[in-house]
Amino acid sequence: MKLSEFFVTGEPLIYAGMVAIVLVTCAIVFLLTYFKRWGWLWREWLTTVDHKKIGIMYILSALAMLFRGGVDALMMRVQLAFPDLNFLNSQHYNEIFTTHGTVMIIFMAMPFLIGLMNIVVPLQIGARDFAFPYVNALSFWSFFFGALLFNISFVIGGSPDAGWTSYTPLAGAALSPGPGQNFYLLGLQLSGIGTLATGINLMVTILKMRAPGMKLFQMPIFTWSTLVTCFIIIFAFPILTVALALMTIDRIFGAQFFTLTGEGMPMLWANLFWMWGHPEVYIVILPAFGIFSEIIATFANKRLFGYKAMVWSMILIAGLSFLVWVHHFFTMGAGAFVNSVFSVSTMLIAVPTGVKIFNWLGTLYKSKIQFTTPMLWSLAFIPSFVIGGVTGVMLGMAAADYQFHNSYFLIAHFHYVLIAGTVFACFAGLEYWYPKMFGHKLNQKLGKLSFWLFVIGFHITFFPQYFLGLDGMPRRLFDTAPEWFTLNFISTIGAFGMGAGFALFVLNIYYSYKTSPREKTGDSWDGRTLEWATPTPIPHYNFATQPTVKELDAFHDMKKRGETTYDESKLKPIHMPNYSGQPFIMMGLLFFSSFALVFEWIILSAVFLVAVLVMMGIHSFDYDDGYHVEVEDIKRTERQLRGLNDEHTGS
Amino acid sequence: MSSNKTLITLTLLFSLSIITGCSELRVLEPKGPVGEDQKELIIYSLWFMLGIVVVVFGLFGYMVFKYRDRPGRGNKDYEPEQDGNLKVEIIWTIIPLIIVTLLSIPTVDTLFDLEKPPQSANEEEPLVVYATSADWKWFFSYPEQGIETVNYLHIPTERPIEFRLSSADSMAALWIPALGGQKYNMAGMQTILYLQADEEGVYDGRNSNFNGEGFSLQTFQVHAEEDTAFKEWVNKIKNEKPELTQDQYNELLKPSIIGEMAFSNTHLEWVDHGTMMGSDYSIKRHQNAYEKKLHLKSLDKADAEEEGDADEAQ
Ligand code: HEM
Ligand SMILES: [Cu+2]
Ligand SMILES: [Cu+2]
Repeated sequence: MKLSEFFVTGEPLIYAGMVAIVLVTCAIVFLLTYFKRWGWLWREWLTTVDHKKIGIMYILSALAMLFRGGVDALMMRVQLAFPDLNFLNSQHYNEIFTTHGTVMIIFMAMPFLIGLMNIVVPLQIGARDFAFPYVNALSFWSFFFGALLFNISFVIGGSPDAGWTSYTPLAGAALSPGPGQNFYLLGLQLSGIGTLATGINLMVTILKMRAPGMKLFQMPIFTWSTLVTCFIIIFAFPILTVALALMTIDRIFGAQFFTLTGEGMPMLWANLFWMWGHPEVYIVILPAFGIFSEIIATFANKRLFGYKAMVWSMILIAGLSFLVWVHHFFTMGAGAFVNSVFSVSTMLIAVPTGVKIFNWLGTLYKSKIQFTTPMLWSLAFIPSFVIGGVTGVMLGMAAADYQFHNSYFLIAHFHYVLIAGTVFACFAGLEYWYPKMFGHKLNQKLGKLSFWLFVIGFHITFFPQYFLGLDGMPRRLFDTAPEWFTLNFISTIGAFGMGAGFALFVLNIYYSYKTSPREKTGDSWDGRTLEWATPTPIPHYNFATQPTVKELDAFHDMKKRGETTYDESKLKPIHMPNYSGQPFIMMGLLFFSSFALVFEWIILSAVFLVAVLVMMGIHSFDYDDGYHVEVEDIKRTERQLRGLNDEHTGS
Repeated sequence: MSSNKTLITLTLLFSLSIITGCSELRVLEPKGPVGEDQKELIIYSLWFMLGIVVVVFGLFGYMVFKYRDRPGRGNKDYEPEQDGNLKVEIIWTIIPLIIVTLLSIPTVDTLFDLEKPPQSANEEEPLVVYATSADWKWFFSYPEQGIETVNYLHIPTERPIEFRLSSADSMAALWIPALGGQKYNMAGMQTILYLQADEEGVYDGRNSNFNGEGFSLQTFQVHAEEDTAFKEWVNKIKNEKPELTQDQYNELLKPSIIGEMAFSNTHLEWVDHGTMMGSDYSIKRHQNAYEKKLHLKSLDKADAEEEGDADEAQ
């Protein structure tokens, strides 16, 4: 292979991207060297198994991916508003919408939520870490390297261009030659390992490590949403793993599962993809529901309305989400009976979803609403999501869907649910738990400004798209006809509003770091659940003494009874796991193995794979079982954090 | 703080400006019975959706406004420990269930109707047209008339058309928004789509399912005309146009953008891509043609053809 084939050449935009990558990398290397932070980076972050730090790394990576996906989106919007500029040609446009979709769902939405789960769930259930902290680190690095692999495709080898759905036969070796599609397959495969492992890890954590006394139906609602999500992950992700593997074998080893030749079955891919893909959209919405529920209850200063109904509706949604995948291809000609069945099952999902909406409204009833920034995001979610939901039901009516399918109507629907649902929740959750993570709040004024820019921009961007769809504009068109100019232009203006909102959000992180007052208590918002019972910053062992839970809203209850999570008389040494560099190295090796496979360098790939297996072997003989935090250390830490006067100074 | 109100006003203003801005939306102004059925279903569902939106937005606005925390609010109307009410929870589960039922019935009904040719006034048999997609063009074969067109078609009005859809390579979808919904074209299998035009006119049709570089340009026009005019057109094609040869056809299958053409025979003589036998016909011949890119910059097919020719010359 020639170097000019290895690197993508001849495109000014991509050259600019390369220059930016080189500059940023140099800057990071320089800063780390100048401030002598390499050791710190390794010891504190790359080797950590602490769920709170891993969570922060997830969220930082997700924000970076939101930026990348957002730039993709703005480029598409510029092209659609000013087609005469010839800003992007067809091939470019195809690559960009493919990476936009994949990055946003797989490398932004899911990791963002998993990051929040990482930080919050163990705290909410009064646990000291995940059930398997080492595996948790492994999961993060698998996601990180998967994302890296996918993202370098645009400068090395070329981006995938068959859509985030990658339908065969288009995505097969014959119609999409070259390494682009392999990046998609292996990037997703690599990060999928982490997602599945996290699903299992969190499920075990929630089932086995709850504080004494906490029954399942006393768990905070966000923890419940995480548990339900874990079940979806565990049942859905293996389908994706198999589907990706089959297509990889097709493309690289010449099998014919999904090909036009050799009696392959291209339609099988669409089925497998959506058997994972529909549950996947619920993987990213259920945790969002959980986040909104927590925030709405907190800032309405009221108990969550219909807690049990909320939980059961999530369980029902999760179950139904496996029974509707055909609605993504009603137009495949499966016949009226099949389409009828899937139409009805699809619309049925709206019932538990509606129940949740009304329960949120019920929570607001006779409450006392404080309009903090996280609450604003959560309130804006309700009406926006309803628009996305009702248009979802319209899409679920198969006979009408023949007209909506593959059009901008569909695009508007899923952005209304994914942005108003998942993205609003990510912002809301980050702002809500931010003081727990970083010891200070985000500035409310800037936060609100960025909120309004983003939300108004969002509606201006996507509302017109319903009408473009009804006028027959198909999705994935790289250029627009004159009759669709006005609406597209409006849409592009809105997109820049969203971009400005996001920029302000990021700016606010820096601004608040400089100016926000530091938190003095651990309970920043008068919270109701156990994460607020820890001091801020959270000691690495989380809870000095595990609380005994008697009620839903455990911390609310403890505050009423004047209890804390620090009872000096009950202190015992705490057992904690040691940090390890193995997860980082192991996944790094797997990254090189996958990278080699992308270019079909089979032997090199196998060598790295063997190295990974050897490391696994070594790890299985590893008898390191952690260390103990001594009572004296705990005392010192807690007294200092809680501002208790210390009568034994120097002891 | 009346975030909700601002939002609602904005949305309303917005929808109004958009609705008045574009008077004619293809899907809501159908020109035939299939599209008409679908439009009726859409409008029917829209009423329910509007109802839901009005109720939820109303309740939402009320709650947010009434129960906001404000100086002097005190503890009036504040019940922090209230956590449910079985009666209202049952009500708001049952009402959505009823709505779903009311939406399901006409949906299922329409679904079964769409599997049959629309009832036409003169009870004629449907006109059969094989619509075959090939990267990135359309072949329309009229087996009864013995003619074939590329990237455009003529149909008689007030007579059902039975499209037999298939593809020579990637998966596509035939969509003529003014006449009705779409269906997929897949290699190695055949799907049937019934459409009908009741009004004369020229309608835009396209592939709506993304299938690679030339996707945006895989469009065609439908000329719907009275039966006599249609018959005249058929005769003209039959008498004036050349025969398509298999070699020429194979050349046309190559991934490319081309203009309109017509022939006085059909490619069905040698291959039907809608059968398992036909599914690898094109890919066997053009396996390596996908390495080359077309560099498409606009929706103008003439530009794209030139670009293709330039490549050829090199
Ligand atoms: C009220 C509940 C919902 C219903 C009834 C519904 C229904 C549908 C239907 C029928 C489609 C396929 C339409 C077509 O391709 O023609 C669709 C597409 C989609 N929906 Fe939903 N949906 C709902 C909620 C959601 C949620 C909560 C999410 C994610 C947060 C979501 C994300 C998506 C995505 C991403 C697609 C399009 C994927 C693609 O083709 O690229 N939907 N929805
Ligand atoms: Cu099929
Ligand atoms: Cu779905």
